[in-house]
Amino acid sequence: MKIDACGLSCPQPVILTNNAINNDESPIFILVDSECAYENVQRLANNKGYRVETEKTGERIQMKLTRENGK
Amino acid sequence: MRKPISRFLTSRWGMIVTGATIGTLAALLQKLGNPPNMGVCVACFERDIAGALGLHRAAVVQYIRPEILGFVLGSMLAAFIFRDFKARTGSAPLVRFFLGVFAMIGALAFLGCPWRALLRLAGGDLNAIVGLAGLTIGIAVGDQFLKYGFNLGRSHKTYHSAGLIMPAIMVGLLALLVFAPKFSVDGAIFLSEKGPGSLHAPLIISLAAGLLIGLIAQRTRFCTMGSIRDVLLVGDFHLMRGVIALVVSAFVVNLLTGQVNVGIAAQPIAHSSHLANLAGMILAGLAFVLAGGCPGRQLILSGEGDTDAGIFVLGMITGAAFAHNFALAAKPDKMLDGVVQVGGVSSVGMTAVLIGTAFCLIVGFTMREKI
Repeated sequence: MKIDACGLSCPQPVILTNNAINNDESPIFILVDSECAYENVQRLANNKGYRVETEKTGERIQMKLTRENGK
Repeated sequence: MRKPISRFLTSRWGMIVTGATIGTLAALLQKLGNPPNMGVCVACFERDIAGALGLHRAAVVQYIRPEILGFVLGSMLAAFIFRDFKARTGSAPLVRFFLGVFAMIGALAFLGCPWRALLRLAGGDLNAIVGLAGLTIGIAVGDQFLKYGFNLGRSHKTYHSAGLIMPAIMVGLLALLVFAPKFSVDGAIFLSEKGPGSLHAPLIISLAAGLLIGLIAQRTRFCTMGSIRDVLLVGDFHLMRGVIALVVSAFVVNLLTGQVNVGIAAQPIAHSSHLANLAGMILAGLAFVLAGGCPGRQLILSGEGDTDAGIFVLGMITGAAFAHNFALAAKPDKMLDGVVQVGGVSSVGMTAVLIGTAFCLIVGFTMREKI
């Protein structure tokens, strides 16, 4: 599942990610453009048992969230 | 050097240190001259700034509070140092302006922003519990809107210089404070000679405290509204740890400096009209959620380039002017010959709170995207 959260202020990126997590999605690709959103999504993912891989290109931060148990 | 500092500040302990710093500095600022239980209060201090500029003429609450200038400028510095400054605009500015106006009207029905609610609690003012309960209710309602797709829309990148307008305004205000010019015989700049506006710590200390708080709060994203919102919405206690640290540290410093006075009636610059405290903070909490941050957080955002947050700040300052010009703001409890006269808001003030709540509900219901 892909989420584009660029330009959305917090907590929107977190809510969108949380909805995807609640729907048992994995992997989740989420694109953000602020450090703050990145930190918040990362914290949520870690709390929910997801592994986060990050790729930064310029101001955009692409995250890939995968459930820890690899399902 | 930047990375380890940044990593620490965004960690659990970074958040706790931020809350403890704000709590400690606030209690010390009170000892050094700021009004009681008002070491830092974003709503009260913006109201004082509105008064100093003559936007309202309540003579007892007029002062250009250096703490506010420090928050914005400290945030800007941190954003530059950590390469986080990003000018952005375009997420429903007019809506945010009025959320700011009504947030202030709500906060002034209670007599404080969430930061002051916490500081009042740390000073023994039990009315703060009612205010914090109202804040929680308002945030819980706002959370429901968030869950069902409320969204003020995306912001987009704008010109770097646009992001510098709010910090520039703060530099201008600092100049007005330092030189305190009189633009006409009876005109601005007004600086209170009595009342809460006349109570302030030395300028340089207030400014330094504000800068320090702005610096670290920018990095840690400290937000009182966010703390309650995140617990209710996603069970995340990250911001809440900072809030608890703020209360505990302010309470400890208050104890050590003899500033704790437990009670309900006739607390300093507070009233014990529970309905007004509750309704005011429900409105404020709701407005903060819809706008995405408590007043302190909005100042910090406005320093790091978020012009929409800047609009919210200007809305709050305008709201303060209306609150005092139209006598909407609460009156504190008074002691008259040993008898407590309970303060609170007038019926007009309560009407304004209800109008504000209706505005926020309309915003919440009508500005939703399907998610």
